[in-house]
Amino acid sequence: MRTAQPGLLQIVLAPIVFGVAVILLWQGLVTGLAIKAFILPAPFAIGAEFTANLQNVANGMAVTGRNALIGLVIGALLGIALAIVSALARLFDGMAAPVVAALSVVPIVALAPVLYTMFGAGAETARQLVAALAVFVPVYFNTLKGLRMVRPVHRDLMRAYAVTNWQATRAVTLPTALPFVFTGLRIASSLAVISALIAEYFGGPVGGLGKSITSAASSSNYGLAWAYVLGSIILGLAFYCAALIVETLVTRNHTQHQ
Amino acid sequence: MSTSMTNDVPAVRVQGVTRIFAARKGSGVTALDDVSLTVAPGEFVSLIGPSGCGKSTLLRLVADLDVPTSGSIEVFGKPARQARIDQDYGIAFQQAGLLPWRTVAGNIELPLELHGVGKAARRARAAELIALVGLADFASHYPDQLSGGMQQRVAIARSLAESPSLLLMDEPFGALDEMTRERMQNELVRICAETQAAVVFVTHSIPEAVFLSNRVVVMSPRPGRIRSIVSVGLGEMSGRGEDLREDEGFFHALSQVRELLHGDEAGINPTGVRGVETR
Ligand SMILES: Nc1ncnc2c1ncn2[C@@H]1O[C@H](COP(=O)(O)OP(=O)(O)OP(=O)(O)O)[C@@H](O)[C@H]1O
Ligand SMILES: [Mg+2]
Repeated sequence: MRTAQPGLLQIVLAPIVFGVAVILLWQGLVTGLAIKAFILPAPFAIGAEFTANLQNVANGMAVTGRNALIGLVIGALLGIALAIVSALARLFDGMAAPVVAALSVVPIVALAPVLYTMFGAGAETARQLVAALAVFVPVYFNTLKGLRMVRPVHRDLMRAYAVTNWQATRAVTLPTALPFVFTGLRIASSLAVISALIAEYFGGPVGGLGKSITSAASSSNYGLAWAYVLGSIILGLAFYCAALIVETLVTRNHTQHQ
Repeated sequence: MSTSMTNDVPAVRVQGVTRIFAARKGSGVTALDDVSLTVAPGEFVSLIGPSGCGKSTLLRLVADLDVPTSGSIEVFGKPARQARIDQDYGIAFQQAGLLPWRTVAGNIELPLELHGVGKAARRARAAELIALVGLADFASHYPDQLSGGMQQRVAIARSLAESPSLLLMDEPFGALDEMTRERMQNELVRICAETQAAVVFVTHSIPEAVFLSNRVVVMSPRPGRIRSIVSVGLGEMSGRGEDLREDEGFFHALSQVRELLHGDEAGINPTGVRGVETR
């Protein structure tokens, strides 16, 4: 789409202004009403903890971010690949649909402990798989939807050119689906971080953001716990923004007009 | 028509073709009923008739995008399916049907790319065709940066990419304004004279059909049949110019087609001729 898009400034500036306003209001309320730190610490206090523990928070972000990224890649590749198979083979689609529907309602809470016993509590594998599963579902469904959006005139064109199924998939079907794939990836990007983080609550090695939040909170270090929460938010936003930027760049000319 | 080529295998031979679309309830729609038509190599044949008389259906059958319920279709002496696999025809649909993620040049190169033509040859051919349809300044534009008429020209260039000896065109100028339309018609006449291709051309416009064609096939609806075939006899493609539109033979053929389309208007089916422009 090359028609009037909101400028980058607008996209970036509006949330920042809003965020600053919320923080100031929050700070004002906490100091004004003298709210205790274990209920809700003031944002400046969290900021101070954050800068004081920057190295620890960054390490936590790296661990959780790595798990989320690996899960994102695995889940996305699987989601795209299986969606292509589903689109090409009706029989497979019939078999896969109920399975994927079932997968989409598997709660992380139920899955994580089982995976920890399967892969051992010392490995990050369980967390990566949890993230992969969370990513797989939206990527699969969005890709499949996109693969089915091929316009009849394009389908006729491919038949007229007497190309193979795979050629038609590459020439028309995949490019048609691309914007949908990236919508799926954008949704999946934040899910990957959230899932990888929550999976840490159920076991596995220390070091990630999830484990750090629980240990800081259980030792009554509320400011530090919130500093890790802040790290989680930054990590999630980073994933989301990266996906959004890639989506905008890749799908510039893929919108279907006419 | 093209007397010099009558000894050749016909470009298209449609014999006793019926196409019935099955309906969920009832007996279904008879889109074509026992249609027979032969198109000589290099001949320009237009299909004209009221909306729903089966023009698109007939074109799709020739292109093997659909199969007849009964009857046979041969393209250059081969079954339609084989002709499609051999890439004996080029096709332009009513909608331009360009790929929005490809540039003008990329769209024209598409059939060449899919059929394994090398990059350099592809580039050269696309540049040639872009010049032919007068879009030299727009080669690297994307379809949504072009007007409807320009998109249509890209689609026509794409249909010409592999120099087919048969062109199938379904109302390619349907969406264009009158000015662009006449210019495109003149361009098409020039292209046909240059490439010597046979053309099956669907249109709703009587003047367009008469101006472009060696023969005009007038169809009637429900069930779709060929009512009559008018030989226009305006001479060879190469000799056709803008002045032909003022020619007496042109007006004679025009009124002949018009009468055939409207002939039974008062009698049998007063609603049957809707959708035909008689300007
Ligand atoms: N895929 C289909 N399924 C069912 N019926 C169809 C199908 N395609 C065409 N028909 C029917 O066949 C008849 C002829 O359709 P066709 O599209 O060939 O008409 P046409 O002459 O091209 O009309 P127009 O000038 O409006 O484009 C119509 O009654 C239409 O409803
Ligand atoms: Mg039609």
